Amino acid sequence: MVDRLATLTTYRRLATASMRARAQYRLTFGLDFAAQLVAGVSEFLAILVIFHHLPRLGGWSLPEVAFLYGLAGISFALTDALIGQLDTLGQMIRMGTFDVFLVRPLSGLLQVATSDMQLKRLTKAVQAGAVLTFAIANLHIAWSAGKLVMFAAAIGSGAAIFSGVWIAGSAIGFWTTDIQEVVNSFTYGGNYLTSYPINIFGVWTRRFLAFVVPMAFVAYYPSLFILGKPDAVIGLPALAFVTPLIAVLTLSVGLGVWRAGVRHYRSTGS
Amino acid sequence: MRAYWETAVRGYRRYATYRGATFAGAFTNTIFGIMRGSVLLALLAARPHIGSYNSSDTLTYVWLTQGLIMVTYLWGWNELALRVVSGDVAVDLSRPIDFQGYWLAGDLGRALFHAIFRGIPPVLVGTLLFPLHIPLDPRRWLAFVASVVLATVLSFSLRFIVNLTAFWLLDYRGILNVATATWTFLAGLLIPLNFLPDGPRGVLEALPFAGILQIPVDVFLGKHQGLDLLGALAFQALWAAALLLTGRLILAAAVRKLVVQGG
Repeated sequence: MVDRLATLTTYRRLATASMRARAQYRLTFGLDFAAQLVAGVSEFLAILVIFHHLPRLGGWSLPEVAFLYGLAGISFALTDALIGQLDTLGQMIRMGTFDVFLVRPLSGLLQVATSDMQLKRLTKAVQAGAVLTFAIANLHIAWSAGKLVMFAAAIGSGAAIFSGVWIAGSAIGFWTTDIQEVVNSFTYGGNYLTSYPINIFGVWTRRFLAFVVPMAFVAYYPSLFILGKPDAVIGLPALAFVTPLIAVLTLSVGLGVWRAGVRHYRSTGS
Repeated sequence: MRAYWETAVRGYRRYATYRGATFAGAFTNTIFGIMRGSVLLALLAARPHIGSYNSSDTLTYVWLTQGLIMVTYLWGWNELALRVVSGDVAVDLSRPIDFQGYWLAGDLGRALFHAIFRGIPPVLVGTLLFPLHIPLDPRRWLAFVASVVLATVLSFSLRFIVNLTAFWLLDYRGILNVATATWTFLAGLLIPLNFLPDGPRGVLEALPFAGILQIPVDVFLGKHQGLDLLGALAFQALWAAALLLTGRLILAAAVRKLVVQGG
């Protein structure tokens, strides 16, 4: 327990130091926020344009899709802010800088994640939060204690699922740094997917997302329960309740792949 | 002329070195094509005709734009900015060849590589998975190739200007990120410009960004014929010329303040 606490404190210290370093370039710091805001707003504009042409997309109204988008967006932004730096792992391995992390008495994963903490990534959480607020204001959800718990669990579980996938994907870099961009299909692709109701995708895509790379549990299943909608994967909306379990499982698999990767890692030899 | 040709060849070869990365990139472009296609299919099921597009036009739009992302290098081109930051740009400036022409030649070589290996493969997969609109008229293809070349020059002229800001700013990345996010939307990657309500649509279709993705795709789909086709290509060419000229003026200002140390 003391160890865990010490790790958390270290994480916080490293993260703060990295954020301060970023803030030194003031103009870039501000522009980065602007860039994230433009990217987030345009994503949602694209959804608005779709609803300009039709009232319901795959049986989901605009506020319902906005709810999904907001929920998934917040989870994704949290993940991106905490561990988005893993995208540079391939570069670190090629340059040999990852080796430095291995000789320090601290988890390599934690050090890569905090090597460049980009606060700008939280802009997306604010933008997604605004969309979520708009959604809730227009949805007349009959909130109950159960739904509130599900809502909170959805955000945390979503972040854990994204993290598990992101960590496992990045760890591929320990075997080959060549095809790293494939990971983007699952991380950024996952974010895109989870912003839309899953029933607009083909049957096999749905099953793949529910049971292989469990993106369906990021926002879709929790939203079914909160909004009281039917399930389009296997007709079992009650699957919403296993969300936290799936989240723990995904994160564990991610960490397992990472550990296997580090054991396999033999440095660049230079 | 020979020097530009050789530069273009080097631009092509430079990217040809990274085979794994090329495969991974094409894979990701394809996955996103499937996702964007699925979302719009759900829309098309309810509304088969939007603007001047029918279902297969829209799906073709999705896949062609996925293929054009790397050809027009929409995201994060910073080669020139890196040369400025490292100071190596002084070497480029002292070459006995026009500076902007040198970079443009290299970029066209790169674009050819990306057209073959990042552009065509995703579109082929798209053709297998979705009912796309593929024209058979060779003149249409010729016009499309011309439009893509112009789109590349146009996008280069914008990227050139953004990269030049590195002469003034300590860190060019902020500007580059804002520019990238902005033209991703304005060029119509997230949603075809055709789908926008009339007001915003008119504005965006007059901006240079419309020449990067929307016009090449419209040419491919045969939305421009005869004089209208010439007009569309001229739109791209004029914007490209104006922006290349702006780039030259900014470069001149940058060179005036440039101090080369050491030697």
